[in-house]
Amino acid sequence: MKRVLTAGVAALGLMMSSAMAEVKIGMITTLSGGGSHLGIDVRDGFMLAVKQSGRSDVDVIIKDDARKPDVAKSLADEMVQKDKVDIMTGIIWSNLALAVVPGVVRQNVFYLSPNAGPSQLAGRGCHPNYFNVAWQNNNLHEAMGAYMKSAGLKKPFILAPNYPAGTDALTGFKAMYGEDVAGEIYTQLGQKDYAAEIGQLRASGADSVFFFLPGGMGIAFMKQYAGSGVDLPVYGPAFSFDEVILGAVGDAAIGVKNTSQWAHDLDNAANKAFVESFRAAYGRTPTLYASQGFDTANLILSALSKASPDDADAFRKALEAAEFSSVRGDFKFGSNHHPIQNIHVREVVSGDGKPTNKLVGVAIENHQDAFAGDCHF
Amino acid sequence: MTVALLIEQMLNGVQLGVMLFLMAAGLTLVFGVMGLINLAHGSLYMIGAFVCAVTASWSGSFWLGLFVGGLAAAGVGAVVEMVVIRRLYDRDHLDQVLATFALILILTEGTRWVFGDQPLWLDIPALLSGAVPLPGGGGYPVYRLAIIVIGLALALGLYLLIAKTRLGMRIRAGESDREMIAALGVDISLLYTVVFALGAALAGIAGALVGALQSVQIGMGEPVLILAFVVIVIGGIGSIKGALVGSVLVGLVDTLGRVFLPGLFKLILPASQATAVGSSLASMSIYLVMALVLIWRPQGLFPHHG
Repeated sequence: MKRVLTAGVAALGLMMSSAMAEVKIGMITTLSGGGSHLGIDVRDGFMLAVKQSGRSDVDVIIKDDARKPDVAKSLADEMVQKDKVDIMTGIIWSNLALAVVPGVVRQNVFYLSPNAGPSQLAGRGCHPNYFNVAWQNNNLHEAMGAYMKSAGLKKPFILAPNYPAGTDALTGFKAMYGEDVAGEIYTQLGQKDYAAEIGQLRASGADSVFFFLPGGMGIAFMKQYAGSGVDLPVYGPAFSFDEVILGAVGDAAIGVKNTSQWAHDLDNAANKAFVESFRAAYGRTPTLYASQGFDTANLILSALSKASPDDADAFRKALEAAEFSSVRGDFKFGSNHHPIQNIHVREVVSGDGKPTNKLVGVAIENHQDAFAGDCHF
Repeated sequence: MTVALLIEQMLNGVQLGVMLFLMAAGLTLVFGVMGLINLAHGSLYMIGAFVCAVTASWSGSFWLGLFVGGLAAAGVGAVVEMVVIRRLYDRDHLDQVLATFALILILTEGTRWVFGDQPLWLDIPALLSGAVPLPGGGGYPVYRLAIIVIGLALALGLYLLIAKTRLGMRIRAGESDREMIAALGVDISLLYTVVFALGAALAGIAGALVGALQSVQIGMGEPVLILAFVVIVIGGIGSIKGALVGSVLVGLVDTLGRVFLPGLFKLILPASQATAVGSSLASMSIYLVMALVLIWRPQGLFPHHG
């Protein structure tokens, strides 16, 4: 009897300990160098959600890739092989995502992208273990193309950096706007001087400018554009006008319209609570990157409450269900694990000391990416 | 293509060239006089920019920031020369490359430690904001014109210093025969410190000037350093005149390539492919020029006679 009892207690203990097993999440993101504010906001949004959940069994390992693909790749190998993480997340840049994600998901680790959504991973290169919680790269640009078309603009001048997300951006824009643009330029990734591009823009006879230059590139462009004497209306995806960029660019950005799946003044309860708690925790207004980090963590937490990553099929089902209250309101996954969501238009207005984004309308409703049809698990 | 566009892009090329000259001059001076390859030159550019940004935001004066930034770079340069570089003059170039690469890591982390991870913002002084009209329509930012003027003034000052002054004479003599001028009673180690600090100051000023156009951030010096080395290889190692000509050449090739190559490819390729191929080729153009110069004149355009 005693022996049976001991065995029972031991078995119970074993069950308890397996129920309490730690979930390891590996986060590789850009925390230093150009564009580090994107990674910092993804991290801060993610960790805010983890903290709010009160779970002590979720262990997040955070590493800095410094926006270098080779660094990201070796960090990923280390996390998968040495740290034995169950889930990975964090990558900001599409060229880094393409270097890391295919290898990670093949080794039965789940990858949830809080930002980068290259077309390659949404279409033919999709994988059942890869989820994108932000958008497919083309989405915000498609929305702006549609918006500018409907606003009656005739000859936009468009530019983006020459890397996977940049080509996705201009392809997406033209998919909705049409091919008839005043000029199209690919700049170098990380480029800091846009004098040559602004000169071409001036000479092109364009009636508007659409640009996708995330992080420090956008700040440099806007500062130089403001000083160039060119005075055309400016449009872009939210990446060109997040709150950090606006703080640096200042009043030169007022009046600019941009598309985003999220805005800090989006009216829903989850978002109000998020913006308030983010401001309280970090003393600044969150960017869309912070909202994406926050959503990613909440999606993972919602799935963890239903299944363990050890049971891959059950965990995948729980992720697909996406039963969490997203700060962007309606959110569900399409067949290729990319979001189907509304994309809004925001306008930059003068705010409290520095300009800020104000929601003005919806660009596209329930938008799904163009690559879902190419994806067969 | 209009005349205004061409003029504007030529000015852009010259402006980039002048900035590169400020970097390359210090680099080639240090190499010419002391025979030292200094990979950490880009870190001095970064330090100049950071100190300028912080000083300008404290004092509200860009010009004070520029002055203090240049001074700080010179100061750090002098200290680095006395503590580290001094031990490297007699060693071979591989040792110098290794040691100055270590300096990059130390100075980068040091800057991060002092100023933080986030980029700093430096605004263009009000005096130089706005644009001036160009013949044929269009306009050109005053600040970029000011960079060209300041850069050319510094180039002229450097020429006068080296060709016309006693210090310049000693620098030139030290280049030719370091033992002989030491024997003649010149304090050679002090002379080297001064030359190194001078090169550092030029890099710091370049960093501060560019910082107001772009952003001031960790690691901003390394991409510029690579271009500066290309300039030196094209212009001829150790030659200030070569550095000036090489800088303007690289500036023009890079700018005009970026502007006109995609258009050229549009004649033979569909538009979207042409922009992608043209942009890729444009980012290679200066290296192609360097390769061609090396085939034609392996010593560079203005080989140094020392």
